[in-house]
Amino acid sequence: MRKFYTLWSREVAVYFRSPAAYVILFFFLLLTGFNFWSVVNALNRGPSQVSLVEAYFNNYFFWFGFVLPFPLITMRLFAEEYKLGTIESLMTAPVRDMQVLLAKYFSAVFFYLVLWLPSFLYFVVFQWQTRLQAATAVGSYLGAYAMLILIGLFFLSIGCLASALTRNQVVAAIISFVVIAVIYSWSFLTRLFPNVSSALQDLTNYFSAVQHMAQFSQGLFDTRPVVFYLSMTVMMLFFTFQVFQYRRWKV
Amino acid sequence: MIKVENLTKRYAGFTAVDGVSFEVGKGEIVGFLGPNGAGKSTTMRMLSCYLPPTSGRAEVAGFDVFKESLKARERIGYMPESVPLYNDMRVCEYLRYRAALKGVRGRRMKERIGDVVELCGLKDVERKLVGNLSKGYRQRVGLADAMVHEPDLLILDEPTIGLDPNQIRQVRELIKNLGRHHTILISTHILPEVEMTCSRVIIINRGKIQVSDAPENLRARLQATGDIRLEGRIGDAERAAKELEAIEGVKAVTVVGEGEWTAFSISAAPGTDPREQIHALAVKNGWPLRELSRDRVTLEDVFTEITHPEEA
Repeated sequence: MRKFYTLWSREVAVYFRSPAAYVILFFFLLLTGFNFWSVVNALNRGPSQVSLVEAYFNNYFFWFGFVLPFPLITMRLFAEEYKLGTIESLMTAPVRDMQVLLAKYFSAVFFYLVLWLPSFLYFVVFQWQTRLQAATAVGSYLGAYAMLILIGLFFLSIGCLASALTRNQVVAAIISFVVIAVIYSWSFLTRLFPNVSSALQDLTNYFSAVQHMAQFSQGLFDTRPVVFYLSMTVMMLFFTFQVFQYRRWKV
Repeated sequence: MIKVENLTKRYAGFTAVDGVSFEVGKGEIVGFLGPNGAGKSTTMRMLSCYLPPTSGRAEVAGFDVFKESLKARERIGYMPESVPLYNDMRVCEYLRYRAALKGVRGRRMKERIGDVVELCGLKDVERKLVGNLSKGYRQRVGLADAMVHEPDLLILDEPTIGLDPNQIRQVRELIKNLGRHHTILISTHILPEVEMTCSRVIIINRGKIQVSDAPENLRARLQATGDIRLEGRIGDAERAAKELEAIEGVKAVTVVGEGEWTAFSISAAPGTDPREQIHALAVKNGWPLRELSRDRVTLEDVFTEITHPEEA
């Protein structure tokens, strides 16, 4: 556990040592801030069926800002170590492969959480300033942020795998971006083809991140997406572990 | 300390290390020599638990490098060939991180880092970013990292490559001093260095061990080929040559320089040294001599002889 902590704190430190991290944080704040402003603006125009929280987590600006950071957060995790050759000194230290993998993954998770932390402040400030309720119930917050973390865990594990596949960070970023974009666009299949059978629609909805978020941000908790995202994350990390080990057998 | 049995590493379509076996005892400094691509780095990577061997086994300090890899790694200080370091960390930060990874903690960490910083001459650059260091300092940081956890065995892959002569001398001194407490396996291209620091040399070529012996013994094996040079004020060169040839152990005598001083090149039979008799002959005939010497065989000759027999 101590070694895991040593590894993890180095990985986290790397994020906050590089100027790129602050650039990402800056533009991310800008994007989410703009999204919040535009949502408040839209709701200001007249009565609406949805709460602020629901509107915030279910529009295109949100999804755009949501999908974008994953490749940037995860691309360097393994690729950089391969590129610099530091993987050799790292793996000849008495640490387990799994410790290294999890330390890297959870450092990315940590950065992701830091990225989203300020968004909660928007609602706090909103409630404090307007004395209005941003959500219909506490469950709405819980659901939205739980889904944010669940989808985040899954997408970060995809980025982790992409980074373990190559020594080139740009390639890693492109792979993870394409895969994440495909998984996200899956949600829109039913909108593109509205006449498909209802069984197929159910199937798409089962995998649809957009559907999950819509549901959870209303405060409707469902165990199926939870199981889905957690098991997919474990599977992606398992693949990453295999790739990570395989590369050493091959080198 | 190291026990290697039939270690083999095969890549697709090519065998980098082919059934290598050797042993290294505690406290030895062993030089690992071989031309580029001979399998030195691959062997060292297998010993340091980075690469899994295709077949065969290796033990370090009694632990199998594959099955008890973590325990073996705790006892090895490995410095990879290109000295990969994290450029975004400061030197002291990097050493603290590496020490923690290797299980050195608390007061002992402070002590050890103080020691290695002192030993490797890193005091001046302690606060600098690793990325801004010169090659020589990077090398020293790598060395400091390798020994920060007081390993039983140090594996150094070309520790002096890319250093200037002064730095090479410093590193050599450092390695010599380390040899008192550690077992060291060191690979290098610089042969005089091996002669000066190592108690044993292993020469590897095309994945196979060619020779494993002390540098003196290696030289002795080739000593026989060293020609004897004799230069003196000798009147009749031809008669002298005949007399020289009559000496036991002398195979051939050629006159290489004539004039006031005559020079001979005398080749002797393997394993013999007829210099004493030559001297006696010169005394008997009253030849004033100004040179009687034998070419010193260097490790370089041994290396060339073993790795490229056709050129020797």
